[in-house]
Amino acid sequence: MSGMEQLYQQLILDHAKDPYGRGLQDGAAGESFQVTPTCGDEVRLRVHLGADGRTVERVSWEGQGCSISQASVSVMAGLVEGVPAGEAERLGETFRALMQARGAGLDADAEDRLGDATAFTGVARYPARIKCALLGWAALRDALAKAGADLGGAGTMDIDEEER
Amino acid sequence: MTAITHPSRAGTPDGDGSPVLTAAELAAVRADFPLLARTVRGDRPLVYLDTAATSQKPEVVLDALQDFYLQRNAAVHRGAHQLAEEATEAFEGARRDVAALVGADEGEIVWTTNATAGINTVAYAISNATAGRGGEAARRFVLREGDEIVVTESEHHANLVPWQELCARTGARLRWIGVDDDGRLRLDELATVVTDRTRVLAFTHASNVTGAVTDVPAFVARAREVGALTVLDACQSVPHMPVDLHALGVDFAVFSGHKMLGPTGVGALYGRRELLEAMPPVTTGGSMVEVVTMETTTYAPPPLRFEAGSQMVAQAVGMGAAARYLDELGMAAVAAHEAEMTRLLLDAVTSVPGVRLLGPADARDRLALVSFVVDGVHPHDAGQVLDDAGIAVRVGHHCAQPLHRRLGAQSSTRASAGVYTTAEEIAAFADGLARVRHFFGLEGAR
Repeated sequence: MSGMEQLYQQLILDHAKDPYGRGLQDGAAGESFQVTPTCGDEVRLRVHLGADGRTVERVSWEGQGCSISQASVSVMAGLVEGVPAGEAERLGETFRALMQARGAGLDADAEDRLGDATAFTGVARYPARIKCALLGWAALRDALAKAGADLGGAGTMDIDEEER
Repeated sequence: MTAITHPSRAGTPDGDGSPVLTAAELAAVRADFPLLARTVRGDRPLVYLDTAATSQKPEVVLDALQDFYLQRNAAVHRGAHQLAEEATEAFEGARRDVAALVGADEGEIVWTTNATAGINTVAYAISNATAGRGGEAARRFVLREGDEIVVTESEHHANLVPWQELCARTGARLRWIGVDDDGRLRLDELATVVTDRTRVLAFTHASNVTGAVTDVPAFVARAREVGALTVLDACQSVPHMPVDLHALGVDFAVFSGHKMLGPTGVGALYGRRELLEAMPPVTTGGSMVEVVTMETTTYAPPPLRFEAGSQMVAQAVGMGAAARYLDELGMAAVAAHEAEMTRLLLDAVTSVPGVRLLGPADARDRLALVSFVVDGVHPHDAGQVLDDAGIAVRVGHHCAQPLHRRLGAQSSTRASAGVYTTAEEIAAFADGLARVRHFFGLEGAR
């Protein structure tokens, strides 16, 4: 596969065309608006918690931007659905680690947890695009924090992200 | 366009009497830019179409930097030794060369770190005058309640945000000249937006998004009618066309070194001498003073009054070398070559289905840059496909969010040429552009 084909995997193109979780819904526990100032990509994301106050029931969002940024939010929305907030936060950390791996990927266990999000492995070869892939995950982390969700002692690995 | 008379200058008259670069001259120009010979993304020859963001540098500029550091490096404007003399001469000689390129006197060129710093210097000088600094001479800059500052909807953020801030500090009101659907400035609005209340009219000489070249005489004439100061953003014009600031009659102008084949870290602020002499200083400290006591200070005359602290001497010397290089090519020859590139770029963008040009499709009064939107493909993605073919373009809002909003685009992809750009490179760009929608599975592409 060429670098371009690794970057734009079919799964990414499919999610960009037909995104999951798009369309803001009411009743969110927390909301975040994130923008990448250099290119103007933006996402507004809401996290909806279950009755237990700690399970991510679903994520709803609106955004505009490149296929990488939009597909990444879409894949993430599917990945964290029904997952405890703390685990969702740890998935974000794993994804951020994937973006720091320069395209080499992570160990099998980590990739297993990331599921479809491993399709973004090739993005890490293009430093200018890493922020695109991280935009939605930054919004998720911020929205979870605002929701005051119980993260179960998750760390806060801080990777250069765009906040407003 | 005037005929080339300097024997060392490139360009031979074509059928219209305009100077053009011959194929041999263009090849010689390209040979001056070693970076243009490199490959990217594997073994793809580089097609550099991002000159409006920053230009590549000819060897004479790099040589000037190296020569300064290896042979002449010393603190300027002080020191009783030969090196200090030579460094000062190189620094001031560069000022003369830059002034000569733009039709200014050397005392009217202030070194700045970039064009943004130049605009901020004017804005803060006005601010300081309004705060009572600068004495009687600076009273002409004082802003009062009801005063207005006029910009345009085409401005780079660098020629918008400093004026927003000045208005916020002083209570002046910000107004602007709009653009039409083609991206040309609305000259008809000069009569209504620029009024007796207007104290500053700040506008771009050429848009970094639409490529549209402004009718500067119309702006200057209106500003003079109402007694407003004019501030010209000449970042995109100085590298690409003959510019004579005295003939244009603007009060201030700014341009940067790195867009005109020079180094980063240096730019120039032009100010009419009487205005610079009346302006209070902005950044204060060493080098810009006459007599300092524990209580008060008197300031040096311009341009030194606006050059506080250690200066970017080597970069200024490099910018001077760039000015000489452009002058030797002849700006008329540069403009004539780029006019041809303009036509080719417009043809490329307007011939691909599903691609919308931002800015005028007419090559008249237009720079060799095209910003465009590919239907259904985000600019980042379009730029990535082009990059994969070795074609370097800019993506994003190009520091002009209001203009993009006006033209109905969140962001765009931009291809911009320079004196070293070839027709073959633009053909490669056209091929790449035709592949973009196809890559993302959209119809209308081959």
